[in-house]
Parts: sequence; structure tokens; C-alpha cells
Amino acid sequence: MAVIRDIHTHRSLVRSGTASCETITRGFLDSIREHESLNAFRALFPEESLGRARAIDAKRSTAGALAGVVLATKDNICRKGKPTGCCSKILEGYVSPYDATVVRRLEEADAVLVGTTNMDEFAMGSSTENSAYGTTRHPLDAQRVPGGSSGGSAAAVAAGLVTAALGSDTGGSIRQPASFCGVVGLKPTYGRVSRYGLVAFASSLDQIGPLTRTVRDAAEILQVIAGHDPSDATSSREAVPAYVDALTRDVKGLRVGLPKEYFTTALDKGIADAIMSRVEFLRARGAVVRDVSLPHAEYSVATYYVISTAEASSNLARFDGARYGRRSDGTTLAEMYTRSRSEGFGNEVKRRIMLGTYVLSAGYYDAYYRKAQKMRRLIVNDFENAFREVDCILTPTTPTTAFAVGEKAGDPLTMYLSDVFTVSANLAGIPGLSIPCGKDAKGLPIGLQILGKRFDESTILRTGDFLESV
Amino acid sequence: MAVTIKDVEHVAMLARLEFDEAKKQQLVKDLNAMLAYIDKLNEIDTTSVEPLVQVGGAPGALRDDEARPSPPQDDMMQNAPERSGPLFKVPKVIGER
Repeated sequence: MAVIRDIHTHRSLVRSGTASCETITRGFLDSIREHESLNAFRALFPEESLGRARAIDAKRSTAGALAGVVLATKDNICRKGKPTGCCSKILEGYVSPYDATVVRRLEEADAVLVGTTNMDEFAMGSSTENSAYGTTRHPLDAQRVPGGSSGGSAAAVAAGLVTAALGSDTGGSIRQPASFCGVVGLKPTYGRVSRYGLVAFASSLDQIGPLTRTVRDAAEILQVIAGHDPSDATSSREAVPAYVDALTRDVKGLRVGLPKEYFTTALDKGIADAIMSRVEFLRARGAVVRDVSLPHAEYSVATYYVISTAEASSNLARFDGARYGRRSDGTTLAEMYTRSRSEGFGNEVKRRIMLGTYVLSAGYYDAYYRKAQKMRRLIVNDFENAFREVDCILTPTTPTTAFAVGEKAGDPLTMYLSDVFTVSANLAGIPGLSIPCGKDAKGLPIGLQILGKRFDESTILRTGDFLESV
Repeated sequence: MAVTIKDVEHVAMLARLEFDEAKKQQLVKDLNAMLAYIDKLNEIDTTSVEPLVQVGGAPGALRDDEARPSPPQDDMMQNAPERSGPLFKVPKVIGER
């Protein structure tokens, strides 16, 4: 059987009956098992997937938009009757009592959800080294990390084990692993995709999005999962446009901004050159390229680590051993809480809960949390000003390509700085797309990030699709 | 305002976490390093800036006050570590010394 590379192929094979969805699904399940050493998956549901595949085969030409597309979801997205663990010991054995809205929408479109993917515990990390179940390996080099926190999803897509995967992105957790693994990753606008059924990390920043091998596939998945959901009050009623129709490959007159704060001499030359070569393609085809300024860019990581840890410390208070998750023995309620949490959470999660609790505590709230909220406004204003001049902004996705396993594990601050180009999109609530942009001298993928206006995924997808074609 | 062992112990109590001595020392070091980095925010005067809580403003659109079916209680309690009929069972809360 030919390698199925994209959603369009899946759909036409299944709808025409040229290949059975069951056979296709079986093929993917086999290759997942052959690649167990990547540690990309947390759980597999082979029997149920094959059952669904047979049901889709029975529908044939009436099968939905994602007919037979083999997909995986990150281990922090709920599926009814299935384990959702956020790769944390505190949720070991937890079974979701309901479906996330994105899961329901994917299944209604006749996708086949074969399993859940590895991640940094509670999505806190940039390498998957914080998973309670071991690091996912980079598909091109087992001694390197795939990025994170959606590292399992990125590795699975890059290795061809699934056609697409869902991840979540709070500070770059879709885009950074997509960049490291050489695949496409889209963080939609805050509010574009329902977060119902996504285990909360930092509620004002979290967003679900796709990891795929092509920009067109990212548009196809977004089409299915986007839209208002009464179960998520922050999901938007903004109309959902036809994303695939926007992929015209026409960039004439497109106004492209390059933030001068990102393109400094400190930027890795291989990465800078790769990005600038793509900029030239855009210019050659009639795009207007100009410098823009994001004056508060250098404060984004500091702002992000105050806001995200503060929200996380509050969100993760629910893991108390009382209603679900791990319970440790204790003679008093407080002792039970403390032991359950101390034994259940890993080091990085505890570190962030501690920082978040500290910045929210009496005497420090104004100095840190309120200060960060004010900085967040300035960062949002920077983007609003820039987007008066341009339609999209190009940056590197990451300051380096995939780093070695263990290289940054001992130093949290260095790890946090690997998010330097991605966190501001979450703070500003704007969409961001990472696409592959060549390789560095070591043969490791470089990622190019395209940022857009709120709810204007169409423009960044069009730009990404154009760049993919050249 | 450097973080001390006492601060770590206080914050750990607030967060319902406990650490051994070595971990406490490590947290003093880590939190001080992170806060020193975060202190760079003070380079910018934000006196007249309004804090931003949520992009796109607070969620509006209140829904009608209509009862909607809830998931079955047994489904929602299936993950309870310990239960007593329809209730979550926890260690004694009141009357302890």
C-alpha cells in the first residue's frame, strides 16, 4: 500500500472504496507498534479504532470530511471511557467520563482516533522530558528531544505513525515541537477552538490545535474543530471561514512584517538564513516585506512565566485526592491533600505551582502578578500596532533546533527561554503557525513561525501553504 | 526580595505541597533565579497601564437560565478514590486536634 501522506488521500481512498479504512488503520497501527522505541504514544485503542474504521467503510461515499483519517490526541484531551493522564502520576488510572468537544467533532467527521500521545506532565515543558512515562525520542535522532510539550504528537506525525495529531499550546507547545520535528503546527486564535475537555494548565493562554505534515491538512483539521461551543464560555461566536479555500498560493500585495527585535545578531545564523531565504520567495512573488517593531518582545518570557504559573497553581489545586486522581493516606484532610499532591506531581509541575503560588501570595501579588498583567497589555498593544502595518509577521519558531536529551533538564530558566519566540502569541491571543523551513548543518529541521491577526488564520495558512509550495 | 527557606515553607503550605530539606534548598535556588529574571519587568514603568486579564475581553453572552441535563452521577464519580453512595469520602475534617 502506498504511503498515505495527507487528509485528501485518506478521504478519497475511503470514499471511493479504493482502499478500506480498516486496512489503512491496521497499517498505521502496525507502524505505531514498530516504532515503540520513540515512546510517542501513551495509550493505543486498536480494537475500537478498527471497529470505527469498519463503520466508516460502511458509509463509504457519505463518510465525513475527515473520512478515515488516522489521528492521535494528546494525553490531556478527554475521551469518554479512555484514560486521560496528562502524563502525570497524579492521574494514573483516571478514565474520562465525557468527550472533549474537539474529540466529538473529529469523530463526527469520521476521523479514526487511534491513541493518545506522550507529553510533558500537565503540558509543562519544552522537551517531553517531564513526562512521568519517559521522554519521547526525536524521530531523526534518538539522542535528541522532539520538543514539547506536545512532543509525542509531533514525533508521531513526523514519523508517519498518524496523519495528524492534536496538541495543546499554552506558550508554544504545538509550534515548538512541530519546529523541532519538521512538521506543521498551528496554534489557533484564543477562543477559536473549544477548550471543553482539555485539562486546564493556564486558562487564559491554552488553545488546542493540529500537528500535520502539510499546511492544507492543518486547515482541514481546523475547519472541523473550530467554532463556538456552549460548553466553553471563552469560545468565540466569530464566524468560521472556509480555510482550505484561502489557500490560493497568491501572495501578491501581502504585507509581511519582520520584527527587528527577533532578527538580531544573537540569532543563530543558520536559522536566520533559512528564514530570510523564505522571505525572498515572498518578495519575489509580490509580497511587501517591511520591518516592524515589537518593543516589549524581550519581556514576553518573564510575563508568561508569571501569568502561566499563577493560573496553573490555581487550576492544579483541583488535584487534591478527594474526587479523582491519586489519593495518599493521611489522618487529616490537609495531610491527605498534601501527601497526594506531593507524591503525585513531578518536579517541574511542583516548581511551577510554587512559583505561581508565590506570585499570587499576599504581599507579592501586585509586584509580580499584577505587573505581569500590565506587561501583557503592552505586549498585546505591540501586536495591534504592528498589525496596522502588516497582514502577518514572520519569525523563527525557536532559537535553536532540537537539543540533546538532558541538555537543558537541569536548568529550568534555560529551558523556559526555548519558548522565547512562541509565548507572545499566547499572551496576545493571536494565531501562530510553524512550518518546516529547511535543515541546519546537523540535518535537523528549522521552523518558521507565521503570526496573524486574531481570527485571521486564513492569512497565515495561505502564507504557509505558499511557502510550502516553493 | 530574595526567597528564603521560610518563604518556601510558607508557600508550600499554601500550595499543599511538602518537600524534604534538599528539595527546599533547590527551590530556594530555582525560585530566586526565576524571580531575578522576572524582575526585568521592572525596567518598564507600567504605572498608568491597565492590567489585562483576558484577551478579547471577559466572556460575554450570558445564556438563558435553563436547566440542562447533567451527566449521570455515577459516571462523574467513577474516578473517586473512595466514596460512600453518592458522596465522596475523605478523612475527618471537623473535630480534630
